[in-house]
Formats: sequence, structure tokens, C-alpha cells
Amino acid sequence: MEDKNIASVKPFEKERENLADNYKHINGWGIDADPENEPTYPMKTYTGDDHNRLEWERPPLQIQTVEILKSIEHPRLTAVYGTVAPPSGLSGMIRRFAFKYSESTYAHWLPLVFADRINVVEGIVDDLAHGHIPNIFAEKGWKAEWKYNRQEFVQNIAITIAVATAAIIIFSKSKKKKKKSLFSF
Amino acid sequence: MNYRGPFRVRADHNKPDPEILHPQDAIVRVTRSCICGSDLHIYHGLVPDTRVGTTFGHEFTGVVEQVGTGVQKLKVGDHVLVPFNIACGSCTFCKQELYGNCHESNPEATAVGGIFGYSHTAGGYDGGQAEYVRVPYADVGPTIIPEGMDLDDAVLLTDVVPTGYQAAEMGGIKKGDTVVVFGAGPIGIMAAKCAWLFGAARVIIIDHLEYRLEFARNYSQCEAYNFKSLGDPVVFMKKTTGGLGADVCIDAVGAEAAGDTMQTLLGRKMLMTGGSATALHWAINSVKKGGIISIVGVYGPINALVPIGNVVNKGLTIRANQASVKRLLPRMIEHVQAGRIDPKGIITHRIPLEEVSEAYHIFSAKRDNCIKPVLIPPKAEMRA
Ligand SMILES: NC(=O)c1ccc[n+]([C@@H]2O[C@H](COP(=O)([O-])OP(=O)(O)OC[C@H]3O[C@@H](n4cnc5c(N)ncnc54)[C@H](O)[C@@H]3O)[C@@H](O)[C@H]2O)c1
Ligand SMILES: [Zn+2]
Ligand SMILES: [Zn+2]
Repeated sequence: MEDKNIASVKPFEKERENLADNYKHINGWGIDADPENEPTYPMKTYTGDDHNRLEWERPPLQIQTVEILKSIEHPRLTAVYGTVAPPSGLSGMIRRFAFKYSESTYAHWLPLVFADRINVVEGIVDDLAHGHIPNIFAEKGWKAEWKYNRQEFVQNIAITIAVATAAIIIFSKSKKKKKKSLFSF
Repeated sequence: MNYRGPFRVRADHNKPDPEILHPQDAIVRVTRSCICGSDLHIYHGLVPDTRVGTTFGHEFTGVVEQVGTGVQKLKVGDHVLVPFNIACGSCTFCKQELYGNCHESNPEATAVGGIFGYSHTAGGYDGGQAEYVRVPYADVGPTIIPEGMDLDDAVLLTDVVPTGYQAAEMGGIKKGDTVVVFGAGPIGIMAAKCAWLFGAARVIIIDHLEYRLEFARNYSQCEAYNFKSLGDPVVFMKKTTGGLGADVCIDAVGAEAAGDTMQTLLGRKMLMTGGSATALHWAINSVKKGGIISIVGVYGPINALVPIGNVVNKGLTIRANQASVKRLLPRMIEHVQAGRIDPKGIITHRIPLEEVSEAYHIFSAKRDNCIKPVLIPPKAEMRA
């Protein structure tokens, strides 16, 4: 599974002591290098270790028991990972597709957002399949809305009902009109 | 808790308890677990690859119940606070104390390290808004809660305090500086508080929620302004800083910023950008030339709209990261013990884990003057 191209980048560290020798052909190599010019301090305790690339001593590797979607920018699976909610169903198919593309592309992220929405429907179906009718109002915490924002809450519900009723009336009227015009032909 | 879709979470009694999956894992029985502004991004469905059925929560304390065969330091019975970053301690980034950027904890993405309960884009781990949680690399992150420290203080050391502190630290604040913090949520309030520790002469916090501004005035002892009544906040900032702009601007808002219709539409409604970057936009335009922008507000992985041309022309330095909690913990513990920071002072709501749906709604909709809610699992003592 390892991507040889990335994993086999030659470790730099071993050559560092005689680095200057490697660049004798470049006039002035390194003369302005300033170890104090380190904008990541104090976030990072810079050691130069980055130049060893992926050559650190790895922790033991977690044994893979479920499908893990790996970013194609990773040459290998990380030593640990979460195993919850492995990809499944239609959303899983879309996620697998998304992971064919790098984190640098819309082709990765937009399908994932889309899969998330599909996954919500799958969640409801799954609830029902397990004999659980999801109480969406309770899940949205509307009990708290009732407690702390009652006036607006009631108002919003009233508005929703009013709009819905108006829509139904208009819709049914226009239907009747259509029928009439049909007959007047 | 169990995530069912945007704005929908519920308490779940049927989820199986977590198991040890790696020799360096521990299972922790949660005693406190906060809801964070970051959780709102996943609760609102803004972070790609947030799967239904997962459990959120990256700020928690708990008692070690079980350890894997490779765990050496941590023992069953230890009461620990667990940094929100999952860090291996041995990759090149961890070795240089970039614990928020570990390369051995998140296969799903290279740009972000593993985070508890924060979507598959951050590693696909279940989080701590639960009774039990799996904690990988148990010898690296988890830290024994110091004797005598209140649990409510300890739980805020897992994220809010180090993040607020790092926001100020990344600002490179010098004595006498004027520091502007965008966002008066828990992170902004803590960043404003910490800015004083670095010698700021003036600290200004900006938000549009009056109750939070009032809270910040007291807690962070700073100036606080409502951007809704400022007209153009950038012009206001120039005026109030003697015409040049602030020395340091901190973005403690992130992807869900209000205040600009187009940003809100593209970033929060249509999900076509990595979030609404209004606060960052204001920060870039409010800081002086050669000034420093510190970003801790979280954005999505897609492009966000910021005036990058001004960054170039003004010669700005942008410093940003997920907080490196483990790196900062020793200093944070000193500050708490010396009384310089009072973490639990920002907790406004203590809510049983069973009422997680209501807790999320209260924090998300900013009801009941909520600053920071903490969830308490049924088996955890109210005070310990
Ligand atoms: N980098 C890290 O390590 C890290 C850690 C924790 C949290 N965070 C991030 O920090 C941010 C803040 O977290 P929080 O818990 O305080 O969240 P919060 O949602 O409680 O607070 C955000 C505040 O910003 C205000 N706001 C909205 N638009 C604004 C604007 N244009 N200008 C100024 N203020 C505005 C909101 O009214 C709110 O009070 C979030 O994006 C969160 O994800 C980052
Ligand atoms: Zn957090
Ligand atoms: Zn690491």
C-alpha cells in the first residue's frame, strides 16, 4: 500500500553535517542562513527534523478491522485512527469516490458534503429499521427554545402555519381556476 | 451522544462502549465534557465528512478505566485531563512540539491532525460527550489533574485556556501593543485575558452579542464593542488606534462569522467556500502595516475569501494553528494555580449529558446568556 515515491525520499539528516560540501558549486550557498529567523517560534521547537521526512520511528500500527478512507496525500495509513461509522450505503459510495481526489480539490470536498446530506436520510431509515421513530424536535433541542425563547418560538410557529395555510388556499384556488378555464374552451 | 444530522443530536443509551484498539490506547470514564464553538461547526453540518452516528466532544476529563499493553505511564484510576489533539509524540511534528499537527493520527487528511469527536476529516474518532471514550496514545496527551484543582478548571485546560493563550502568543504581542480580538466567545474572551499577560497596553474585543461583550468587559477586563453599532468596524479600528491600525489582530471567530451578507451566503448557506471569513477580513484590514494576524478561528478545508492583496501590500505576518495543548499545559497550570487565569469563571451552564440536545441548542442559538456549557455524565459526581 505504501507509495514508494514519497516514502523513499532520501533522508536528509544523515548528510546534514557535510551539507555545505554538496553545494560547493553554488557560489554563496547558505551564507545568509539565519537560525534566529524562525517565524514558527514559539509554536514550534525547530530542530530541523523535518528534513528527515517520513523517517521517524513509528508507533506500533493499529490493526485494521474496518474500511478506512485514506487521503491520497498520505503515503501510508497513520499508526492510529478512529473506526467509528465506516463508509456504508450510498453515502459510503460517494465518500469512496471523493477519496480518489486530493484534499486540494473540490472533487474531494463537495462530494463529501453531499454524502453527509444523504447520510442524514440513511440515518432516519436506519432509525426506523431499528424500530425507533426519531423525535426530530427533541433532537433539535426545542425544549430549550420553549424555555428560553418562548415568545419568538410561538411567533415563528404561528408564521409558519399562516404561510402554509395561505399557500394551500392559493394553490387550491389556482387549481380551481385552471379547471374553469379548461371548461370555458 | 449521537449525531443524526445538522442541528440534530441525541442522548443514546445503546451505543456500545469503546474498546482498546491499539496497545497505546486507554479507555477513560468521562467526568466533565464541554461543548465548544468548534463543535458548532460540525453540529451545523459545515465540516465535510461528519458521519451520522458519531459522537462529538474534544474537551473532557475522566478517570482511566483500562489501559492497553503498551501504556507505561498512565494507570487505571488516574484522573486525567485530555488535550483535544490526538498526538503520537514521535512523528517529526510532535517531536517539535507541534502536537496539534501530528502526522500519525489522521489517515483521512494530511492538513489536520487527529481530534476527538470531530468528524472523519479529523480522524474519525468518537469523542468525549459520552460516558466512556477511547483515548489513543495514552502516554502522550492525557495529563494527571494536579492535586486540588477543580474539575471545572481542569476541563477548560483541554482546549479553551491553551487556545486563548496561543492566540495571544502567536500575536507576538510586545509591551505597549494594542490588541484587537474578534469574537467574544470562550476563545476570544480567553485570548483577551491572556493578551495582558504578554504586556498589551490596550485590549479591545469585538462581537455583536451584547451579553458576551458585557461578560468580556468584566472577565477579560478589556474594552468591548458591538460591531453592529460601529458602522464600518475597520474605520472605527483605525480611528481608535491613532490612525494606523492595531498592532495585533486576533481572529477568534472562524467560519461562522456574521456581519457580511455575501460571506454568509457563500460560506455558511451554500457551503461554496471554507466558511464566512468576515472576521479575518476585518482583522487583515484593521491591523497596522507590518502588523501581525493571529488566527485560531477554525475554517473549512475549501478556499475562504480574504483580501490577500492587502496582506502582501501591508507586509503582514499571519500566524495560525490548532492549539498545541500539551506544549502549553505546564505554563497554563502555573497560571491557574497562581490565580492569573480563572478558567471555570467562563462556565455559565452545567447540564446533564442526558440533555445534550437542549445543551447544543442553548449554546448554538446563544440562549440564556450562554458563554460556556459543560456536560456532566450520569456516573460523574457533580463535584469531585
Ligand atoms: N485553533 C484552535 O485550536 C481552536 C480551539 C478551539 C476553538 N477554536 C475556534 O475558535 C472559534 C471561537 O470558538 P468559541 O468557542 O469562542 O466559539 P463561539 O461560537 O462561542 O464564539 C464565536 C463568537 O464570534 C462572534 N462573531 C460572529 N461574527 C463575528 C464577527 N464578524 N466579528 C466578531 N465577532 C463575531 C459570535 O457572536 C460569537 O460570540 C471557533 O471557530 C472555534 O472553532 C479554535
Ligand atoms: Zn474546543
Ligand atoms: Zn505525531
